[in-house]
Amino acid sequence: MINASLPELRRALDTRQLSAVELASLFLDRIDAHNPGLNAFITVDRDGALAAARAADERIAAGTAGALTGIPLAHKDVFCTEGVLTTCGSKMLGNFVSPYDAHVVSLLKAAGAVCLGKANMDEFAMGSSNENSAFGAVKNPWNTARVPGGSSGGSAAAVAARLVPVATGTDTGGSVRQPAAFCGITGIKPSYGLVSRYGMIAYASSLDQAGAFGASAEDCALLLSAMTGFDERDSTSLERPTEDYAAALAAPAAAKPLEGLRIGLPREFFAEGMADDVRAAIETALDQYRALGATTVEVSLPNAKLAIPAYYVIAPAECSSNLSRFDGVRYGHRAADYGDLADMYSKSRAEGFGAEVKRRILVGTYVLSHGYYDAYYLQAQRLRRLIAQDFQAALQHCDVIAGPTTPTTAWALGEKSDDPVQMYLSDIYTIAVNLAGLPGLSHPAGFGADGLPVGLQLIGDYFAEARLLQAAHRFQQATDWHARRPAGTA
Amino acid sequence: MSRSDWEVVIGLEVHAQLNTASKIFSGASTAFGAEANRQASAVDIALPGVLPVLNRGAVERAIRFGLAIGAEVAEKSVFARKNYFYPDLPKGYQISQMDLPVVVGGEITIRVGEGEAAYEKTVRLTRAHLEEDAGKSLHEDFHGMTGIDLNRAGTPLLEIVSEPDMRSAAEAVAYARTLHALVRWIDICDGNMQEGSFRCDANVSVRKKGATEFGTRREIKNLNSFRFLQQAIDFEVQWQIDTLEDGGRIQQATVLFDPDTGETRMMRSKEDAHDYRYFPDPDLLPLMISPDWKARVQAAMPELPVAMKARFMDDWGLSAYDATTLTASKEVADFYQATVSAAGTALAAQLPKLCANWVMGDLAARLNKAELDITDSPVSPAQLAGLVARIADNTISNAIGKKVFEALWNGEGATADEVIDKQGLRQVTDSGAIEAMIDEVLAANQKSVDEFRAGKDKAFNALVGQVMKASKGKASPAQVNELLRKKLGS
Repeated sequence: MINASLPELRRALDTRQLSAVELASLFLDRIDAHNPGLNAFITVDRDGALAAARAADERIAAGTAGALTGIPLAHKDVFCTEGVLTTCGSKMLGNFVSPYDAHVVSLLKAAGAVCLGKANMDEFAMGSSNENSAFGAVKNPWNTARVPGGSSGGSAAAVAARLVPVATGTDTGGSVRQPAAFCGITGIKPSYGLVSRYGMIAYASSLDQAGAFGASAEDCALLLSAMTGFDERDSTSLERPTEDYAAALAAPAAAKPLEGLRIGLPREFFAEGMADDVRAAIETALDQYRALGATTVEVSLPNAKLAIPAYYVIAPAECSSNLSRFDGVRYGHRAADYGDLADMYSKSRAEGFGAEVKRRILVGTYVLSHGYYDAYYLQAQRLRRLIAQDFQAALQHCDVIAGPTTPTTAWALGEKSDDPVQMYLSDIYTIAVNLAGLPGLSHPAGFGADGLPVGLQLIGDYFAEARLLQAAHRFQQATDWHARRPAGTA
Repeated sequence: MSRSDWEVVIGLEVHAQLNTASKIFSGASTAFGAEANRQASAVDIALPGVLPVLNRGAVERAIRFGLAIGAEVAEKSVFARKNYFYPDLPKGYQISQMDLPVVVGGEITIRVGEGEAAYEKTVRLTRAHLEEDAGKSLHEDFHGMTGIDLNRAGTPLLEIVSEPDMRSAAEAVAYARTLHALVRWIDICDGNMQEGSFRCDANVSVRKKGATEFGTRREIKNLNSFRFLQQAIDFEVQWQIDTLEDGGRIQQATVLFDPDTGETRMMRSKEDAHDYRYFPDPDLLPLMISPDWKARVQAAMPELPVAMKARFMDDWGLSAYDATTLTASKEVADFYQATVSAAGTALAAQLPKLCANWVMGDLAARLNKAELDITDSPVSPAQLAGLVARIADNTISNAIGKKVFEALWNGEGATADEVIDKQGLRQVTDSGAIEAMIDEVLAANQKSVDEFRAGKDKAFNALVGQVMKASKGKASPAQVNELLRKKLGS
């Protein structure tokens, strides 16, 4: 049951093969067994989960269950959850119990999903390895000496280790796709504006977008369908009809189910920088796509190399302002001893924030400063427009863009901790997608030399989520990379 | 050198609190005086994850203001974050507008001084922009600590910035008063200065007469009465002149006015000025105002004071002085117009003038004495109109009119007619009755008759007075005059 897909779990629940309470208990027990080794959860809400599962069982009995009723999940700890600790991976919010639910959380509650707990993450979603959590690093279930990726590392590790069937995450520069790749699962970041950001603790508002993790594209489709929809409380939320992504996956069986799909391969993504084992896995996966009927065409994203410098101006600028509210005045960490007001601020923030968060606040404060704003912030915004235009030009020649999600497989814990720039460069393939606001998906595409998973990224035009999920689903129907499970948590 | 060698240059920044029911970015109430922090929503206290949503009512008021002053209402304006730390600024930034404000340009004509010396002047406006207010820090009653009340946080403000067009404190006060009347006139601000709904900052500098460059300015913050505005500028101007004449230099600075000492004192110098690190707020889309929206606001716009004044002069023959006085505030204009429309012009063409005299004369004096606003007048426009009509049709004299007014004021009758009937004040027009009274008076005042015949005109007036007294004021003075002269054979 722990490896079952959401449709299989649905059937099991609907046919009373097991109850939602039993299902929740099964996964809660797995969390108890394996979380001490993985550290994927900051909070496990056993009581809340069992109460929600009981309510789900009532709905199932009453015949009013939806697709997710009784399905256990985890929320990245960036989402506010009423009455439950919401830390954002930071000491700053180590004592913060949210008085309200994020939009995503309330939608999934309403759908009857059962939240088992809050997943570990890089502090304030800043990081690519999940080593920046105030609650300790998360371990990669495939090899606990390796990082799970970040910033949604807890969500990805939990799904990969089957501590939970699906989980939510957020993706500002790759924080869903990169950990999905490192942990050998599927993750999708939808178009900017598709999922409400209300109640999602902001890192970089113009880039942040909630996403979904699952073992397969099908599971992601089911979860994402329940997360989207216009929310008037988020001014950047888009007013458009919701889609049933799972229904979009259904298609008659065909020998060449991807016939007609044109896949663009950006020249720049396949140039230097990609590790050989990743390249080999990606090439094999692309052969599989071609075998399924897709055609590939070379495209160019000439400004893609500027994505990292642009991102590391825009994201820190926004974060420096977004994190100003954490001042120890109204909630969160306040220093025990302080002199005057300035001392209270600086001590509370110095104690409450970790090194990477401080680094980005400093960078952001600098680039917005008088005399530097034009040279950094405005220039970065110009680059951002160029990058978005590149994608539009490339998408004239193809339906989706494909490439590696990451240049390498998961690195060792501590390996890049002292070199932030090396860490930043690991997001080279994912960051441009956020700058453009496009949807991106990562799915398992084999394994590297060290036996660690490799992820393939699919990028689509605005609101092409269904197309990305469809392509990945067809690939997964023909392959079994997504069905592989790490041995350690079997 | 003397004061007359210097020219004063003043520009004003006014914060007008917009009279929306809810805040500019949240649904919390803006009502004044609630228990501390009871009108602060999750958005107002800046909980993690919350987002602002723009109140269109605030935008509509800004449009109304822009149209009222003949300014450009920007098709596109942008909200920006002004970043600084303060305990009553929950987000650590204020949402305001910087590069692209909602209102650009415009002008306001002011009338300065009294009587013969009065003159008109046009003051140009630079811009007006929307922003949110901060909360309040309470330094008393907390035993060395500071209390924070966030009820005011997020209250919508329109910051109205003038060009440095004013050349005296009197002009500055006249501008502030005119602006104050205008924002109330177009119903975008309640103008309550005690509650802080209309606050002025004055930028003051002095320069030698004939100089083309402006002197260095100092900004006097937060003046919440016209009297303080006058006093603060007067003091500041004298201080700057004294400083310069003593060979000193003015340093750009922000100063506070102390109403107890009547002095301004430095709050911070330019060197201490914050770098607010403005940048466009990524949580809010650019504010787009369509021509259609503007047209709808224009259609709902009340007649403006300038147009109303012209109409009073053209249609009703009022003097410029009367028309200006009656359009100085919306309440007075409303009262006056209601009086005229109740009185009608059918009876006599001069009725509007007669109404004007009563509103500006007896009513204003009586209200002033009772310290009442015209909206709280015990005598209604309909009652006053009834009174004026009886004077116009000679039912009562002007003198009796005052008596009737006092009776109406004291609630001794519902209408002028009722008072006149009840108290028997109807003018005596029966010449026989008046002649009888004259005969009696002449018989009893032989001395006055003799004096009159001896050529003393004053004696005639005394006799008229006696007759009026005998009639209890009910005789028409003109008729008494005429009949008395006939009797005395002069």
